Amino acid sequence: MEFTERHVEGLKELLYKMADDLLIIGHRNSEWTGLGPMLEEDIAFSSMAQDKIGQSLALFELLHELGESDPDTVAFTRNAPQFHCSQLVELPIGEYDFSMVRHFFFDHAEAIRFEMLSETVFEPLAMVAKKFKGEIKYHTMHADIFMQKLAAGGEESFGRMQQAINENFGLALGMFEPGDFEAELIEAGIFGGEAELQQRWLDKVVPLLTSYGYMVPSVDAVEPAFGGRKGVHTPNLQPLLDEMTEVFSIDPGADW
Amino acid sequence: MYGNAYIETDGSKVHSILADEDPIKLAEFEARIAAGDKIEPKDWMPKEYRKQLVRMIEQHAHSEIIGSLPEGTWITRAPGFRRKLALMAKVQDEVGHAQLLYSAAETLGKSREDMVNDLINGKSKYSNVFNYPAPTWADSAVIAWLIDAGAIVNQLANSKGSYGPYCRALDRICAEESFHLKYGHDNVVFLATGTPVQRQMVQEALNRWWEPIMHFFGPPDKASQHSEILMRWKVKMGSNDSMRQTFLNMYVPKIWDLGLTLPDPNLRKNEESGQWEYTEPNWDTFKQVINGNGPCNKERLAVRRMAEEKGRWVRKALLSKSDAYVTPLA
Repeated sequence: MEFTERHVEGLKELLYKMADDLLIIGHRNSEWTGLGPMLEEDIAFSSMAQDKIGQSLALFELLHELGESDPDTVAFTRNAPQFHCSQLVELPIGEYDFSMVRHFFFDHAEAIRFEMLSETVFEPLAMVAKKFKGEIKYHTMHADIFMQKLAAGGEESFGRMQQAINENFGLALGMFEPGDFEAELIEAGIFGGEAELQQRWLDKVVPLLTSYGYMVPSVDAVEPAFGGRKGVHTPNLQPLLDEMTEVFSIDPGADW
Repeated sequence: MYGNAYIETDGSKVHSILADEDPIKLAEFEARIAAGDKIEPKDWMPKEYRKQLVRMIEQHAHSEIIGSLPEGTWITRAPGFRRKLALMAKVQDEVGHAQLLYSAAETLGKSREDMVNDLINGKSKYSNVFNYPAPTWADSAVIAWLIDAGAIVNQLANSKGSYGPYCRALDRICAEESFHLKYGHDNVVFLATGTPVQRQMVQEALNRWWEPIMHFFGPPDKASQHSEILMRWKVKMGSNDSMRQTFLNMYVPKIWDLGLTLPDPNLRKNEESGQWEYTEPNWDTFKQVINGNGPCNKERLAVRRMAEEKGRWVRKALLSKSDAYVTPLA
């Protein structure tokens, strides 16, 4: 079918939120460089961060082909209200328990999102989605192993992880905040929609967490942290952006 | 990244150190090294050889993780996707080098945990150069180019040393460092040929880093019996002064080619001797910084200590009761 203007708007909204999520989580994950609980985890978080930032760049390039500014300008000159990332990804890295739980929640959602998008009718996105799937497979594998090991790693470890799950489940559900073009995206075969993604995500993460011995909060009992997709953010995002753009903004026209 | 090892050059104890060793085994060991053989973990080696190697490899490993801190702070500030991705990969490599080097040192009988504890307790040193701040983006560029270049000079020499596991780790490290150097050079070229603001930024960074770079190769050589033995054993592969000369010869012309200046009016190549002449950097400052009084010593160790402390529960949770410690073999 022919894409209408609303289809293109919906596609751009989808690309922006994915690209922003990946840029911000990649930025956060990179903050573990030099600070991880062991060298191997510094290296793992850095690898994943590089994949995320690379994926984000690929999506900004698709947006550029759809008429948006070039990736550096888009990524390095907007302020928080113009960002469409979920609130989950913008929080500081905190302790390793939080970062690990966020990584588990986020990467399972990404894995399913790009699985769904590998079938999209928008061919350039299908191509990158297929590529990303191969990378994210290792991210979810890493998260699964650590979620399992830390569940079985004694009382303190289990307690920390369970608490991080409880405290961040609503933030994770915020990833699935519906956009303004859900119906159009589904109708055109561009994307199956946030509701379906959330259901598939729950079908994946709840049994996994349960099998590791964790309790999973009930979806109905938790308020999803919506707002991020519409530019409503926690106070953590703007300082992150100020830092990220500190050098670029000295002279945005210069070649760095 | 690593400069030269701070090897004790006190020669007074040399005779007593060697007096304990079996003369026949010692002669065989020295003959193997003279013939270019590599010494492997299970081979016989003099106690002093083991001690100096552990110290050197451990210092090198510590330098890699501490070195990731001043550069790491610029990952979150790197201007644009290209630089951000490259710097992330570069600093990740440095942490990976620490992992390789701790494993190489472990083959000599000291566990990673003991080494890290000695680092955070201040018992074990790391390269002095990381006790200086990197206040601008251009500092990170100068580090990536010139400190990595200095490290390559040193590490290429050490990769021809006698201890197998260290040599093999260094071969891989040098291959990666040569990419870092390209990244750093590209970065400096963009700044040096960029806007007046960029140019000023890189010149100021270079001025700041010149003395630490000159310090990087260690104090001027003093002949001593001890360092002669370490050279004969191929633990120490080049004198501090010869490494410094190699570096100056390779990089000063490249720096000048970019239209940048260096803050030493006496720096010139003596065409007759082929040697570079320069003003000696302040070696009292060097000693002060090594002894913990540099601008960032406390901060660097505090960050490392904090990371160790915050990660303790994770390491504890991952310890399996049934697994015993195994020394890596290579």
